[in-house]
Amino acid sequence: MGNEENVGKIIDYSGRQFKQIGTRVVRPDGVEKVTGKANFGADFKANGMIYARTVRSPHAHAKIKKINVDKALKLKGVKAVVTGADFPEIDVNDKAVGEVVVSYYDMAHNTIARDKVYYDGHVVAAVAATSADIAEQAARLIEVEYEVLKPVMTAEAALKKNAPVLHKHLFTQGVEPKPDKPSNLAARSQFKLGDIEAGFGQADVVVERTYTTQTVHQGYIEPHACVASITADGMVNVWCSSQGQFMVRAYVAKICGIEISKVKVTPAEIGGGFGGKTVIYLEPLAVALAKKAGRPVKMVMTRDEVLRATGPTSGGSARVKLGAKRDGTIVAGDMELTYEAGAYPGSPVMLGCMTGFAPYDIKNINAVGWDVVVNRPKAAAYRAPGAPVAAFAVESAVDELAEQLGMDPLELRLKNAAVEGTQAPYGVKFGPIGYKETLEAAKNSPQWKAPLGPNQGRGIASGFWFNIGGTSSAEVMVNEDGTVIVATGNPDIGGSRASMALMAAEVLGIPYERIKPLVADTESVPYSMLTGGSRVTFATGKAVIEAAQDAVNDLRRRAAKIWDVDLEQVEWQDGQAVCIESDKHKPLTIANIAAKADKTGGAISGKANINATGAGPGFGTHICDVEVDPETGHVTVLRYTAIQDVGKAIHPSYVEGQLQGGAVQGIGWALNEEYVYSDDGRLLNTGFLDYRIPVASDLPMIDTVLVEVPNPGHPFGVRGVGETPIVPPLAAVANAVSHAIGKRCADLPLSPVRLLSIIDGK
Amino acid sequence: MSFGGNVSEIQFATPQTVKEAVKCLAGAKGRAKVLAGGTDLLVQLRAGMVRPALIVDIKHIPELSAVKREDGGFRVGAAVSGAELGANKAFRKAWPGVLEGLELIGSTQIQGRASLGGNLCNGSPAADSVPGLIAAGATCKIAGPKGTREAKVEDVVAGPGKTTLKPGEFVVSFFLPKRPKHAGDAYLRMIPRTEMDIAVVGAAVSLEFDAKGVCTDARVSLGAVAPKALLVKAAGKALVGSKLDDDALEAMAAACRAACNPIDDKRGTIEYRTKVAGVLAKRAARIALERAQA
Repeated sequence: MGNEENVGKIIDYSGRQFKQIGTRVVRPDGVEKVTGKANFGADFKANGMIYARTVRSPHAHAKIKKINVDKALKLKGVKAVVTGADFPEIDVNDKAVGEVVVSYYDMAHNTIARDKVYYDGHVVAAVAATSADIAEQAARLIEVEYEVLKPVMTAEAALKKNAPVLHKHLFTQGVEPKPDKPSNLAARSQFKLGDIEAGFGQADVVVERTYTTQTVHQGYIEPHACVASITADGMVNVWCSSQGQFMVRAYVAKICGIEISKVKVTPAEIGGGFGGKTVIYLEPLAVALAKKAGRPVKMVMTRDEVLRATGPTSGGSARVKLGAKRDGTIVAGDMELTYEAGAYPGSPVMLGCMTGFAPYDIKNINAVGWDVVVNRPKAAAYRAPGAPVAAFAVESAVDELAEQLGMDPLELRLKNAAVEGTQAPYGVKFGPIGYKETLEAAKNSPQWKAPLGPNQGRGIASGFWFNIGGTSSAEVMVNEDGTVIVATGNPDIGGSRASMALMAAEVLGIPYERIKPLVADTESVPYSMLTGGSRVTFATGKAVIEAAQDAVNDLRRRAAKIWDVDLEQVEWQDGQAVCIESDKHKPLTIANIAAKADKTGGAISGKANINATGAGPGFGTHICDVEVDPETGHVTVLRYTAIQDVGKAIHPSYVEGQLQGGAVQGIGWALNEEYVYSDDGRLLNTGFLDYRIPVASDLPMIDTVLVEVPNPGHPFGVRGVGETPIVPPLAAVANAVSHAIGKRCADLPLSPVRLLSIIDGK
Repeated sequence: MSFGGNVSEIQFATPQTVKEAVKCLAGAKGRAKVLAGGTDLLVQLRAGMVRPALIVDIKHIPELSAVKREDGGFRVGAAVSGAELGANKAFRKAWPGVLEGLELIGSTQIQGRASLGGNLCNGSPAADSVPGLIAAGATCKIAGPKGTREAKVEDVVAGPGKTTLKPGEFVVSFFLPKRPKHAGDAYLRMIPRTEMDIAVVGAAVSLEFDAKGVCTDARVSLGAVAPKALLVKAAGKALVGSKLDDDALEAMAAACRAACNPIDDKRGTIEYRTKVAGVLAKRAARIALERAQA
């Protein structure tokens, strides 16, 4: 990736010279991962460990009449069986309201069904035995009697007048007056700006269309896995891969009815999450089984279980109407989104309403979202949750508007681009942002100028994501020889260890290689919010910087003590303490000071516990070139460029990797990924053979351009980067295909079968 | 790794001769499955789709892993892997289309295991190597309790997951006939991705021409458009006597579409498969023509 030329390069930022930030150092976890030695979720073993399997509903919607576990318990080697009856009941109103609303009642029931099952693959029981094979046999011996109910598989079916109602306690939120009957319509949300009617009144050109997308899965390669044990006095240990050890601890404690101090969670390496590991599935089952069996219990999902019962993100429809003046000024944007939440409320539809129009300075906006429950697995977060579907619709509409106006789609975006001071539809006024800069970079990219051949098309699309901050902790510990350990509480999902070490190295002024970054368990560092929301390099990075500064202050104090001077006389320069008022003291390196630590007050460290504010929003623009086979409907992606304002790239390779990964997931979403259900609600494509994420040969090199407009909310200018890259690709691909075939493609995925029927006009 | 909760109940045999293998299979108590490369069987076992009482691994029988010249053609052991056959230059020169099908099975790693015999006897209508073998006019040697017999490849599969093999029988080898001058074959498949997928439609064409470039023999076979791979005789006939002009190719494509009897499923629709069968057959015929002229 052209690493060498950037190593050691000094980059200007706000008058600051970086020495190590922005270099492409080797990641600390790299060797273990490329040699296959790193311990992921399924790799942990404990003494006396036994193995558990789940029993899952084959029905999309059914009442559980009876569960008979007698035969399973009689099988030799079986140690424990649990059903919903083994878990404490949780109040239906027990919710945590934070970034997203978390209903513990729903979470508990999603983990293991009680009276009803709500989707194909819903857990009804789990059994632990001395081998995985015996557990599998025992699972088959558990007899579940169901009263099969009619499932509702789509939002459309769920909203029909006489549709079966999933939850008796579900009354539509956000409507006045409160409905008197329960329904599958969980919530309505709305965001408004200006006067939508007046806006369309000023429009010379109006485009309107409805766009649809299907349920898609995050597609992380590592299936969910955990080991749980419990001591005789009730101390729980969980080892698992997740996006947050503290998140797992809180949820396990809640669902199992245990105090937080009695649950310790040790994070494993994580083989992909993309939001799908911000929730738990197996851990409470393993804890309950371990408690009954008195042995550590291991659970590993199969791919079939992952696809049937974890993730996914909502399929949805989006009606978008845009109005513009003849000169291209967009004067009104109207959007109505309907997302399928899955079995329990909580699709990311509100986030779709907030993000869809965010790249544009539109004075009159109306965005309405409907959250609908259906008999599919409960939607989990997926990389910029809710934004890609809304952006698909809006960015397609902008493309269509450009056609109607006879304008270049890039110029139309430039004309309407949000800039610093633009009022966003979701409330804030943007600070310094780099959206326009991404468009300029797109215009200057080699791809934008590359010639196109027959049956080829080019699409451009943009995207926005908020990025968040939140609670993070960090500890910087100086070892006796002057090397340093940086401990944080966030699983390293995208190269964050390297970024944390680089930021600490920059502040401490010592080489990156002398710093060991550590992802600590829940009892070794203070609480941190999970790895998600593109927050870790920003928020936990900010904590690391502050902790490193705290350590620097400690080092200065020790030097002052050694020299017997005032603290103010000691400055920290290039990894050394320097006495500014007297040259009789030779500078002291971190190693010199560390060696004398016990004479100056004991161990040297710094810490920071913060709730990071000032996250900077991220904008991206992607260009996609495709060739369509007009006789088979097969799409080949020829060229792809992902451009994004990343604030400041701490480790450019991992930032580029985020852009490439997001683009690839978005390409999969646009072209071939979708859940395929039978009429009675059974998932038909439960493996990667028929749930088609792109393979390497499906893709060209994903070129990247990093635009760096510093975020003033971070000492080094960092913005979150992980989520924005999945927002533009759906429309970039669809716009490219639409241009290649000369027809607007409004329904995803554009699989060969669907595309050929569009080409043939059927 | 769990084997669907039944691995302890399975007997495993590794016979060294065809005779021993027949004995094992014929003497099985319960369902017996033949294991060649295992690229289908192991997946089915793990998914709990099959629960055999006995697995007979035929890879250790020398005849099953050999590629030999016979009557100017080739005798290919049923368990010869894709990687191995692909390294045989003479075979590649004679039957590039057959290899194209075989080499599309799975990934590089799978190619070290996947075999013609396994691909045929798994009975999938979408098996990639089968249309090429049928178009080639290949036969196979089948061993069983009553001795050995030769059968046309198109007669081995009965329907999805089913073969016409009798209890105790298994496929030992394939015979591909001698190639005359001016002959070529090709196989194309349609998949949504570029690899690691199962054919939505497959089409193989094998052609022979005289010195003047007139087609003297043509065999067209389609996969994934019917319960089993089809030999479409009318499609072949449409090409014989022509120089593969557009009319002849369209007549062949029409015959292909007429022969299709596909289903709607998660991978494709009846309409799609039928149309694309004609498209791919035409494209494969053009490639086969090019190869015959080379």
